[in-house]
Amino acid sequence: MAPVLQLKGITKRFPGVLANDHIDLTLEEGEVLGLLGENGAGKSTLMNILYGLYTPDEGEIYVRGQRADIRDPNDAIALGIGMVHQHFMLIPVLTVAENVMLGMESLRYGVLLDHASAAQRITEISDRYGLQVDPYAVVEDLPVGIQQRVEIIKLLYRNADILILDEPTAVLTPQEVEGLFEVIRSLVAQGKSVIFISHKLREVLEISDRIQVLRGGRVVGSTTPEESTERDLAAMMVGREVILTVPKEPREPDEVVLHVEDLYVRGEHSKMAVDGISFDVRGGEIVGVAGVQGNGQTELVEALTGLRPVEAGRIEIGGHDVTHATPRIITEVGTAHIPEDRRSDGLVLSYPITHNLILNTYYLPPVARGMVMQEDVIRERAERLVAEYDVRTPDVFTPVGNLSGGNQQKVIVARELSRDVLLTIAAQPTRGLDVGSIEYIHAQLVRKRDEGAAVFVVSAELDEVMSLADRIIVMYEGKIMGIVPAAEATKEELGLMMAGVPAAELGDAAASSRVSAEASGGAAEPLHKAH
Amino acid sequence: MSDLLVTASKRRRARTMGIAFLVFAVAIAGLFGRGIQPGQQTTFVFQTSRDEVVAVGDLAVATRPAVYLTALVTAFLGAWQLARGFTRVDEVLGIVAGLFVVAFLTWAARGQSMNVTGLLKSSLLRAVPITLAALSGVLCERSGVVNIGIEGMMLMGAFLAALIGSISQNVWVGLMGAMAGGIVMAALLAVLAIRYKVDQIVAGTAINILATGLTSYLSSRYLQRNGALNSPPTFRPLALPGLSKIPIVGPALFNHTFPVYLTLLLVIGIQFMLFYTRWGLRSRAVGEHPRAADTLGINVFLTRYVNVLLGGMVAGLGGAYLVLSSVARFDELMTAGKGFIGLAAMIFGKWVPAGALGSSLIFGFADSLQTKLAILAVPIPSQFLLMAPYLVTMIVLAGVVGQPHPYSFS
Amino acid sequence: MDKNAALEAAVEKRPARQRRNRAWNWRGLLLPLLAIVTALIIGALVIVFTDESVYAAFREGVGRGFVQAFTVIGRAYGAFFTGAFGNPVQIVSALASGNPVKITRAVYPITETLRIATPYIFAGLAVALGFQGGLFNIGAEGQYFIAGLLTVFVGYSITGLPQVIHLPLALLAGMAGGALWAAIPGYLKGKTGAHEVINTIMMNYIAFRLAEFLLDVGGPMARGDGRPVSPEIQPTAYLPQFFPNSVALRLHVGFLLALVVAWIVWWLLYKTTLGYEIRTVGQNPHAARYAGIDVPRTILVTMALSGTLAGLSGATDILGVLHFMPNAFYSGYGFDAIALALLGKSHPGGVVLASLLFGALRSGARNMQGMAQVPIDITSILQGLIIVFIAAPEIIRMIYRLRQPVEGEGAAISLTRGWGER
Repeated sequence: MAPVLQLKGITKRFPGVLANDHIDLTLEEGEVLGLLGENGAGKSTLMNILYGLYTPDEGEIYVRGQRADIRDPNDAIALGIGMVHQHFMLIPVLTVAENVMLGMESLRYGVLLDHASAAQRITEISDRYGLQVDPYAVVEDLPVGIQQRVEIIKLLYRNADILILDEPTAVLTPQEVEGLFEVIRSLVAQGKSVIFISHKLREVLEISDRIQVLRGGRVVGSTTPEESTERDLAAMMVGREVILTVPKEPREPDEVVLHVEDLYVRGEHSKMAVDGISFDVRGGEIVGVAGVQGNGQTELVEALTGLRPVEAGRIEIGGHDVTHATPRIITEVGTAHIPEDRRSDGLVLSYPITHNLILNTYYLPPVARGMVMQEDVIRERAERLVAEYDVRTPDVFTPVGNLSGGNQQKVIVARELSRDVLLTIAAQPTRGLDVGSIEYIHAQLVRKRDEGAAVFVVSAELDEVMSLADRIIVMYEGKIMGIVPAAEATKEELGLMMAGVPAAELGDAAASSRVSAEASGGAAEPLHKAH
Repeated sequence: MSDLLVTASKRRRARTMGIAFLVFAVAIAGLFGRGIQPGQQTTFVFQTSRDEVVAVGDLAVATRPAVYLTALVTAFLGAWQLARGFTRVDEVLGIVAGLFVVAFLTWAARGQSMNVTGLLKSSLLRAVPITLAALSGVLCERSGVVNIGIEGMMLMGAFLAALIGSISQNVWVGLMGAMAGGIVMAALLAVLAIRYKVDQIVAGTAINILATGLTSYLSSRYLQRNGALNSPPTFRPLALPGLSKIPIVGPALFNHTFPVYLTLLLVIGIQFMLFYTRWGLRSRAVGEHPRAADTLGINVFLTRYVNVLLGGMVAGLGGAYLVLSSVARFDELMTAGKGFIGLAAMIFGKWVPAGALGSSLIFGFADSLQTKLAILAVPIPSQFLLMAPYLVTMIVLAGVVGQPHPYSFS
Repeated sequence: MDKNAALEAAVEKRPARQRRNRAWNWRGLLLPLLAIVTALIIGALVIVFTDESVYAAFREGVGRGFVQAFTVIGRAYGAFFTGAFGNPVQIVSALASGNPVKITRAVYPITETLRIATPYIFAGLAVALGFQGGLFNIGAEGQYFIAGLLTVFVGYSITGLPQVIHLPLALLAGMAGGALWAAIPGYLKGKTGAHEVINTIMMNYIAFRLAEFLLDVGGPMARGDGRPVSPEIQPTAYLPQFFPNSVALRLHVGFLLALVVAWIVWWLLYKTTLGYEIRTVGQNPHAARYAGIDVPRTILVTMALSGTLAGLSGATDILGVLHFMPNAFYSGYGFDAIALALLGKSHPGGVVLASLLFGALRSGARNMQGMAQVPIDITSILQGLIIVFIAAPEIIRMIYRLRQPVEGEGAAISLTRGWGER
């Protein structure tokens, strides 16, 4: 039986980079193929080729045994290929039905949009595959998990048989991930074939029938869940032995540095994104915030760093009341901030490294004397920091936009952590980075903590939080569900809290989910994932 | 607790509104209650000619009591707002603004008469080019292309309407020529912005400069030397049978030239097409999230090109109106900023054709007020009145584009 | 949301973008040069296609037609050149002869070019500074007029002051006027997000009406002799002339002032903390906020500085050339300044060079109109074309088959962020 999909020798070059290097890939009908790889390994490029957004320089694609020439998404859709992108391709202001039918709209009298028949078809699909959704709801009002259902429905609406899911679990709680897996199993049972792209080794092992690993644009391994462990897969992805834990000595925390009391912060659409939370962070400890993105973590960090107004409550750093302070005051009080979106918030991409390193010190002596900036001081400082923090660059005058993601983040880290600060706030510090950079940044954060600073880390990667933090705060819909010491926390409990179960009620809920915890193996959980 | 906080700020806003209404009331009484002779009357006239089927008589009101009555009503609204609060405060704000204007008119025309129907009619007429400019903006921006070059497109349309209209001595050919001119300038914008990815504002500015240069150059070269090239025919007003006899609004709305009707049809048509047809859905998708549209196989480039060209056509129509329904000749730089005012109307109207029409009417009203007031010998220099549309534009932009939000940056 | 989000592919790295470059190296000069040349060629075509004598000659024969076409072009651009720079031969012989009349006539064109370039330098700097701060100041013209009004008022209404005080005072009045007029849209942008393009244009029209009101016959600032102009300013407010004994040569110290100011702007932008703030807000307002920069305040300051520069263009014109203020008329000045800033890549040095070019264009065009009957609006056409070619360099590259540069163009300053919140 011919495989439903075959890629042979796919090669794609971009200026300066060989993204896909003669890749062969096979997908059998009715199976789930897990595609693993670091950022930059070439998985997204490959899938974009399959979906018609790029054309390959070499290589062929065979769909159900027939040679296929996919020039644009319409061709892919016609062949029954559909893709759910990592960042949703939904139009927020339109309804579910409008989003789903866009591009193949149902029409009445040849001209008018026919919402009713689209809605009917959507409901049929919903019932068949267990993807309940209201066709007339406006997409931006829907929670992320439901939005993902809409994306999948989009594919099924077009009779896709080959479904590509790119990092689908990035935005889901562990329980929602289970729900998604059930949907995938249901799809496969009805004859669909799925390519599951992820960097989360455990999930890939759980859902895939076969696994292929990409590294540097090549396929470096082809295996099955029975034959390999997470450690094997991680090594294949990265090409070397990966240390899966963050080396950390235990340390007694010092004084309270960050004190947050009854904090209320308004988010978009006049909703209260941070809904009355209180916590402390002491010097010499790392506090991590776990929670699916969109539960107020971003707004919390913005409030702490002065980028968003505080509705009510109190924030103190080092004893100073900074509740309504500007970002500059908060920085001067002794705060370092590694922002969530490094390209838009943390760096000026067109500026050279030198000028990015002084982004928050440009007006202080010795960088500036009065109004005049001292170029020699700036250059010297840059050279020192670049060496110290191992930033790979031709010289310090290179525009930061030319650096790789990892090196860009290192510039930010160099800038922030080289200062003598009381509090370090890091939001998604390792998102989208290669393993080497991730290890480096984790080491830097631990160093800061060992030096006595308070470190506050927000991350959507539960494993990162669990391995890095001394204490873990779980946020859900703007409230704190619980604060637990990292050593005692289990993934199941954290998952429940992330889904809205407060710590107090965990007892009963935990009992029922303990069964599934046994099933996934109680061995040492890998604490450090390659991306 | 969070609900309490949300309500608290809502209450603050409500209170501010109430106080604002009261301030308006005081302003009415204070500004427009003065200088009125005892026993003076203001006469509101409601017809433009003497042959309406149902003649509506003139309405004469005693000026001072009328002004004070308006002030009183406004004050009452303010008090109500403070005490109970209206659910739809913004609409009441509109009403208060309207009362302010009515009081102003009553005062300005004290001892004389004011032709209301005429005012309505002239407001509509002046709103037409602004509406067309706004529609052009809506078409372009809805699909994701900011069009600053509307002014240039209108100017080109006006020029070609005059030139081609004069040569052919046919209004329809002139109209077509104008729309073609608009399309050509829009094509340039489209190529620059879509194909070459030039910053859209730079591209639009280039269009404006080129259009200004070309039309002025060619006008000096040809139109000014040869008067025959600058005397196009004009559209005759077309009274819609029956409708134009409706009292008060009939003459204002239903006795116009073809381009005016066309404009109103375009408003309805574009509104319908944007929200009820496939083309509209795709255009909006392309404007909101071009990548998403692309993944569904929609040709983003083509959609944008089509929309920009349509926008150019509409802008050209606006230029043609200025010549063929109005002065019957081309003067250099005759658009005088209407393209930009149209953009403001578009923003005020929330990028929706119906809203664009509404805000254009407000601008048109401000514009026509200025002539009326000059006739009434209101003691304000005409230049200040001429500033009115521009000031209104700025006020509108300031108030509409979000509440003051010092913490966010688009 | 950035409406100009074209379809960029998701993952790929962009080709190595610009290395740390001076804004002006020889390769960077090539493209603007070609843009100008191409614009001139197209301008020549426009002139030819709108000249009856060419059509008449073609009717007589293709050869005659081409000869006539080239004659027309030659005459037009010849007039342009002599109007802009003068006749080199004539200059040399005049200087040799020592005859003041001859010298005057010979150097008149070049002095006019420099004189006309002076307000351009200021206006171009104004727009360039705005661009560096991410702001599109189209209000240079309105700011010019408001500054002119204030300058001329100080100039004619205050008597008895020595020049060393009166002149700077008048200049300051102009600077303040321009600053204020630009600060209003700047404030509105910072506070409400209202786009400065529309607001500065609105302020332009308001300025015209205001000037009209003040200067029209019978207006508060009108001279009272039936002309819509202001009174003459006191001689103590004059900007010194380079050729005080000549009536024809009107080049004034304002030109030097412009060069000095250009240097100051350069120093401000690239060597001071304020310049760092302005440029950071222009490149990335999010990062600027993160850096603790008060973005609305910086916008206000940038606009105010920009307006000050535009105001200087008006002030120097009045104090150096006109010595009174005529009723305003819209001359497209503001749009010229945009072309200057784009040509000069928003760098003060580039702006000076571009302004000299435009000064030449204008003074040459006047001569073209007088001697070759080419309407002066040809300058606008040339300007529009230059902007198009500078903004879309691929067109030039395509025409001349230039290879893609390894280093890209200067940091693209993207001004299209939509109109504010939707």
